Amino acid sequence: MTLMQKFLGAAATMALTAGIAAADPAIIFDLGGKFDKSFNEAAFAGATRWAEETGGSFREIELTSEAQREQALRRFAEGGFNPVVMTGFSFASVLDAVAPDYPDTKFAVIDVNWLDQPNVRGVGFAEQEGSYLVGIAAAMASKSGTVSFIGGMDVPLIQAFACGYVQGVKSVNPDLVVIQNMTGTTPAAWNDPVKGGELTKAQIGQGSDVVYAAAGGTGVGVLQTAADENILSIGVDSNQNHLFPGKVLTSMMKRVDNAVYEAFTQGVDMETGNFTMNVANGGVDYALDDNNAEIFTAEIKTAVDAAKAAISDGSISVHDYRADNTCPVK
Amino acid sequence: MDFAHAFLQIIIAMDMTIRLSVVLLFACLAGLYSERAGIFDIGLEGKLLISAFFSASFSYETGNVWLGLLAGVGASMVFALIHGIASITYRGNQLIAGVALNFLASGLTIVIGLAWFKEGGQSPALPQSSRFHELTLPFADTLRDIPLFGPLYADVISGQKPLVYIAFLLIPFTWWLLFRTRFGLRLRAVGENPASVDTAGVSVIRYRYAAVMIAGVLCGLGGAYLATSQASAFGREMSSGRGFIALAALIFAKWRPWYALMSCLLFGFLEAVSNLYPNIDVFGIFEIPVQFTQALPYILTVVILAGFVGKAVAPRAGGEPYVKER
Repeated sequence: MTLMQKFLGAAATMALTAGIAAADPAIIFDLGGKFDKSFNEAAFAGATRWAEETGGSFREIELTSEAQREQALRRFAEGGFNPVVMTGFSFASVLDAVAPDYPDTKFAVIDVNWLDQPNVRGVGFAEQEGSYLVGIAAAMASKSGTVSFIGGMDVPLIQAFACGYVQGVKSVNPDLVVIQNMTGTTPAAWNDPVKGGELTKAQIGQGSDVVYAAAGGTGVGVLQTAADENILSIGVDSNQNHLFPGKVLTSMMKRVDNAVYEAFTQGVDMETGNFTMNVANGGVDYALDDNNAEIFTAEIKTAVDAAKAAISDGSISVHDYRADNTCPVK
Repeated sequence: MDFAHAFLQIIIAMDMTIRLSVVLLFACLAGLYSERAGIFDIGLEGKLLISAFFSASFSYETGNVWLGLLAGVGASMVFALIHGIASITYRGNQLIAGVALNFLASGLTIVIGLAWFKEGGQSPALPQSSRFHELTLPFADTLRDIPLFGPLYADVISGQKPLVYIAFLLIPFTWWLLFRTRFGLRLRAVGENPASVDTAGVSVIRYRYAAVMIAGVLCGLGGAYLATSQASAFGREMSSGRGFIALAALIFAKWRPWYALMSCLLFGFLEAVSNLYPNIDVFGIFEIPVQFTQALPYILTVVILAGFVGKAVAPRAGGEPYVKER
């Protein structure tokens, strides 16, 4: 009986809070989970920052299966949450179908900037530019002449990371070898640190001494193995330098946190349309802090900063894999 | 590609094959004991997962990886006991009990993980003391310079984590136990013809429980290897189908210990190849996509089951709860 009362109490509280929560923003995290130390965690950081600064509250859900995607989206829209933010390109088709059903709700989606809906804000990133920068750093830090890349799911977005990285590496020295691996072809590839670690060991065996992981939660396994085997690694999305101080060369930061923060701040009056965050507007960048100050030498910094300026003013243009689904270099 | 380079590649592939086949080996042997005694165990996956979770959590909390191992084995044994109670004592359907365990593990690990660590169902990254480290066997460095054998000994045989050696020692032990002891004879008889064992005055129930609990211990070791040796934290669904591949390996091995070693090594090798060489170019004529290599374990199992290569005959009394005639 007491258990029953608890359940009833909980249900009542939930009903009440749902009523109050109307017009609060909501965020949906993709399958990697909000503690992936990477992409989703950056989004969570942005949402948390907004909540701390404004004292507001937001609703969140972490997807655990592909089937929940549309369900979660519709539930938030019907629950009156506004805006509803979601992280990840996998939402593209679902959102395209769902958005017209809720014309009064604003949606924001990260990593998708091609939808044409009046109530959708799409924020894309020029990942190839940020990857180009860390590619330069990798090439300069490598002693063996071989560097490597581990991607999460094999999709054009991740190929864009890889392609930008290779371009950066080859801009330093076209003779350097870049080994590439993808973790898998299903969304499970975002969260398989064991496989990430094994791929890293394979790449080390093939001579790599700097590995760049663009693989969400899988990347944790990559960075761990790299630290164990005493080679350098490059983090992604969030600043991951602190995970293994002195072992993570730098991180390719994708300011997902800023994108989420902005969407939350603009609230119900959010500006819709498609936006691209790039090096020039600070949307992507490399990370330099106390944890990597020793390994990220002044020489590297000079070269990377020069490239950053050149990309910003347009004198270097980094090829985007997504433009034609090919990469000019391998 | 010169010889030295090719040899190095082979060494790397062998090293990786061994690392990847260990979880399969533990789970496959677990299935072997259980199924030899007539209890089909589709819950290997769930037991691996629950053990991975508890071994990671306990070694994180205590800072001692061996305590973590103990916790993992314990959790896996509790699951095995549930399987035993459901399918031996209460004569429930063994497959359904196993599937239920898989679901239970998948849900429980996340729910407990969320409440415990508040990191979305994962465990925090394990510090050095909470993980298994490579053991260097004696003379590894002195023997390294001997051509061929040296690197093989130093890089493949030596320098693996402790549980790897345990897994490989378990093969001869299992063979000896099942085929050279009275316990083994009775265990196998229970899986083939329980009525005759019963007539001889041996408790079928007790032997089946023993087999299921041994399976629990072995899955526990496998899960702990996954979380504290291969990875360094628990991640959601981190067993990712290895329990099922182990079942496939068991069928492939025709329920025999030495064949189990071979099939687990083969499946491990296929995974290593797919990691090392995602797309294999065959003399520039065509390309074998990575998905094909990854699917090969399943394809091979189907081929075996279809009876193209030899015949896989399961223990005759497998899947049947034992009911004494009244």
